[in-house]
Amino acid sequence: MSTPALRVENVSKMYRLGEVGTGSLSHDLNRAWARLRGRPDPYARVGAVNDRTSEGTRDFVWALRDINFEVGQGEIVGIVGRNGAGKSTLLKLLSRVTAPTEGNIYINGRIASLLEVGTGFHPELTGRENIFLNGAILGMSKQEIRARFDEIVEFSGCAKYIDTPVKRYSSGMHVRLAFAVAAHLETDILIVDEVLAVGDAEFQQKCLGKMKDLSTKRHRTVLFVSHNMAAVRQLCPRSILMNQGTVVNSGETNAIIEQYMTLGSTNARTVTWAKEDAPTADGVSLFGILIKNQLGNTSGTLSSAEDVFLQIRYQLQVPMPELRVGISVYNSDGIAIFLSSDFAADGFENKRQPGILTSTVKLPRNLLLNGRYVAEVRFEIPRTRELITGQSCAFEIDSLDHDGWGPRNSFSVAAAVHPLLEWRVRHDTGPEEH
Amino acid sequence: MTETDKIATDLPATQDDVQWTRVIQPQRGLFSVPLAEIWAYRDLLLLLVRRDFVALYKQTVLGPIWFIIQPLLMTVVFTIVFGNIANISTDGVPHTVFYLAGITMWTFFADAFTKTSETFITNANIFGKVYFPRVIVPLSVVLSGLLKFAVQFTILVGFVAYFAATTEIVRPNWAVLLLPVLLLMMGTLGLSLGMIISALTTKYRDLRFLMQFGVQLLMYATPVIYPVSSLPEAYRVYILANPITPIVETFRYAFVGRGNFDPMHLAYSGGVILALLILATVIFNQVEKNFMDTV
Repeated sequence: MSTPALRVENVSKMYRLGEVGTGSLSHDLNRAWARLRGRPDPYARVGAVNDRTSEGTRDFVWALRDINFEVGQGEIVGIVGRNGAGKSTLLKLLSRVTAPTEGNIYINGRIASLLEVGTGFHPELTGRENIFLNGAILGMSKQEIRARFDEIVEFSGCAKYIDTPVKRYSSGMHVRLAFAVAAHLETDILIVDEVLAVGDAEFQQKCLGKMKDLSTKRHRTVLFVSHNMAAVRQLCPRSILMNQGTVVNSGETNAIIEQYMTLGSTNARTVTWAKEDAPTADGVSLFGILIKNQLGNTSGTLSSAEDVFLQIRYQLQVPMPELRVGISVYNSDGIAIFLSSDFAADGFENKRQPGILTSTVKLPRNLLLNGRYVAEVRFEIPRTRELITGQSCAFEIDSLDHDGWGPRNSFSVAAAVHPLLEWRVRHDTGPEEH
Repeated sequence: MTETDKIATDLPATQDDVQWTRVIQPQRGLFSVPLAEIWAYRDLLLLLVRRDFVALYKQTVLGPIWFIIQPLLMTVVFTIVFGNIANISTDGVPHTVFYLAGITMWTFFADAFTKTSETFITNANIFGKVYFPRVIVPLSVVLSGLLKFAVQFTILVGFVAYFAATTEIVRPNWAVLLLPVLLLMMGTLGLSLGMIISALTTKYRDLRFLMQFGVQLLMYATPVIYPVSSLPEAYRVYILANPITPIVETFRYAFVGRGNFDPMHLAYSGGVILALLILATVIFNQVEKNFMDTV
């Protein structure tokens, strides 16, 4: 293995839940007392696992628990995981924004992070002044910035506005400038978290290209956190999968993304919750997601040639005529291939009364390919708020009925869907005229 | 690169003999000050000072002239209220120059103190995303204050020159050579107190309310609008216990020629400031690492 750039050893991070302030003085005193007697932190022992969905009974939570991994010099490593898996906390520890509760992190070289857009941009200062300020905040000396100034401006594409205060910039220009500064840093390790969400497609590609360059040509190490699986796949040969504050797996990116997409799901095509621990928000409780074949079975094989039914069972405590229940279907590449909601359900507008309800959607035959899919359920009041999101159930289409050739089990088509569309073939001329 | 190498020389190698340049650990020593790191970030320090200056007066007409207007207006008000209406003694020194001297020195302290005390709260946004030695921000605040002082000081010098030429009382003397020492003491005091408050406010916001009027009250406990010599014997001890008192008095003695100059008082003040600086370092170190979790 090449020289490591970064090693994370048994790192844990504990957060206190709820309001800070009330009772914190007494906790502080208790802690200080324990420390004086050489005892461990009395509150460190009681932390619960980081699970966003179930309301913790404890005051403290482990946002990260016993994280171990190593990254070699010049590697680009992706970090994937759901919201709340601990990715951002990990990056905060690496960039020294906050300290770990336990464990050590070893770093080789200078580290800089691009955690959010325009860190430390001052709205009143011009682009030029902000490049210097931002660069200095990220740890560059004036000289280094001056040497790369033209390169930075050129990369950002903001040359025309470089002497305008950044408060007049659009958010896109903001990101461009911020990324340009960070990408031209003389650092050995660059941490990038979700920054690409803002720029346009062309700039995103430019950024990905730049990061790849940093790694291959200049032997820099890049840690890349994103929910954009296509970007992770394009950029990172290796990835780390995190879930509930732990590292679940690390390895070749395609395998990791596939594992991520089906995380927590079993082969049974049902996910159900008991009444006590059902995900609940504002009077809606989700009891189950079931995926059935034409005969109503939740087990057995599924073929692309038969309809698949997806049922969502939930309970309403109050009438919610505005509620929409929807699904997003992801394939194993992590790409959302479509989404849909029950807003047009037959004769059901404005009639969501309290009680237990089931929303069923038919995924028509001849639409999906063979492979694993994840259906993510979303409860929302359109344009107002989201109620329950992120709950999902996985299923697999075992055989593909491709163009009338009959079912085939291992056959890959380079596409996201394979719908049966209406085709027409017509003779424009007869054979005799030929 | 060279900077980080310097920091790294005394770090341990792990079992497989990789020489790491930095180790992030849960706790840091109570008294450690990352001097090498602060030096590595010196450009940031200067850029922050510059930012404070440039950003403050963008979209204003008078710009830095505000630096001068503020103490002059205060002097006028003090002259009217305390000098003419309340008739508080100024040791025979012309009112204007007496108050201006006090205000100039006091403003330097008060600015350093109040602005430093807001370090963590106003910069939570930057601190939450990127690391640099946090102490850079309070240092930049004090440096900005020093620049502001320099501007206001030139005005004071003008007044002193005028009154030295026209009156018998105003006589600047050898003690003006102590000015760098006085500024160092005042800056360190403002920095230390501000750091202590800022570290505590990350958790206990109550202190912000205290700060709002505390600084004003403190001014009355400092001989800004009155000379120590005018105090009744019974109160004098308390006012002298205030470590700012000897600094202001020495400053006034040096430039105006009247005041209570006593090396022992100044030494006492230095001792208190040093103790506060050590305390501030300890508290700041404690908070610096994890404040993002509580702010």
